[in-house]
Amino acid sequence: MDDEALLERILAGDRDAFAELVQRYQTSLVRVARYYVKTEASAEDVAQDTWIAVLKGLERFEGRSSFKTWLFRIAANRARKTGTREYRVINLDPTDPVASARFNDQGMWIEPPAPFTELIDTRLANTEVLEACKQAIRNLPEPQQSVVTLRDVEGLSTSEVSHLLELSEANTRVLLHRGRAKIREALEGTLKGGYSWH
Amino acid sequence: MALTKEITCHQAVALVSNYLDGALSWRDRRRLEHHLADCDACSAYLDQMRVTIALSGLVSPDDLSAKALTDLMDVFEKYQRDQTD
Ligand SMILES: [Zn+2]
Repeated sequence: MDDEALLERILAGDRDAFAELVQRYQTSLVRVARYYVKTEASAEDVAQDTWIAVLKGLERFEGRSSFKTWLFRIAANRARKTGTREYRVINLDPTDPVASARFNDQGMWIEPPAPFTELIDTRLANTEVLEACKQAIRNLPEPQQSVVTLRDVEGLSTSEVSHLLELSEANTRVLLHRGRAKIREALEGTLKGGYSWH
Repeated sequence: MALTKEITCHQAVALVSNYLDGALSWRDRRRLEHHLADCDACSAYLDQMRVTIALSGLVSPDDLSAKALTDLMDVFEKYQRDQTD
């Protein structure tokens, strides 16, 4: 069931629909809040306040943006007001640290990568692979983790992500590139570790 | 072989994420596509990156803790009471 269908059921008083919507977004909401606030507990408070605001504003929500975008905007605004953490000054090392050890002095691969699709194929949703992916995302440092969560897990646009996190689009793209490269590396490690795909 | 390429593998890899997001300049996109056309290793990297992004989109959220669920259901019940008042 998509978000809009759940919203209609919530407006009609359906408790389970609300529970489902919360389950769908709570992890990412807490993550975004955590980007701005200091502790997990206050991030959870922000998430809860967000849900209160969502329920209060639901009848006025006109669907000009997607529900998801609206939801994360509320959360980011609230977290920003609560938060004390400052991420705006981000020092991005211009020398690209991604996978440098994999290349020789001429910039050529020392050990070339192998395509994942041959290994995963239709098993893309394999729970063990997804678990490795989830863990890799969780291991990312901030602000990479929030960038990847909003962009690739939740599927928001880069422009939306940069607004929510108060980053320039250029920095958002660099952070995304680095975060994705680390997840890729972790997945490659899982594969090399002898995981059986078939 | 690598000497004839306009960019090195290391440089190509740095462009892949933006390439998949359609965020490269026309010039960089051409350079990368030219490189990919005769580099199997970087093409494999591109494939890995595509799969990585797709997998991230399939990651499921954590299950709510019992406490979070109780708290949020309280929120919902308060909302319902306010609706009917
Ligand atoms: Zn190459």
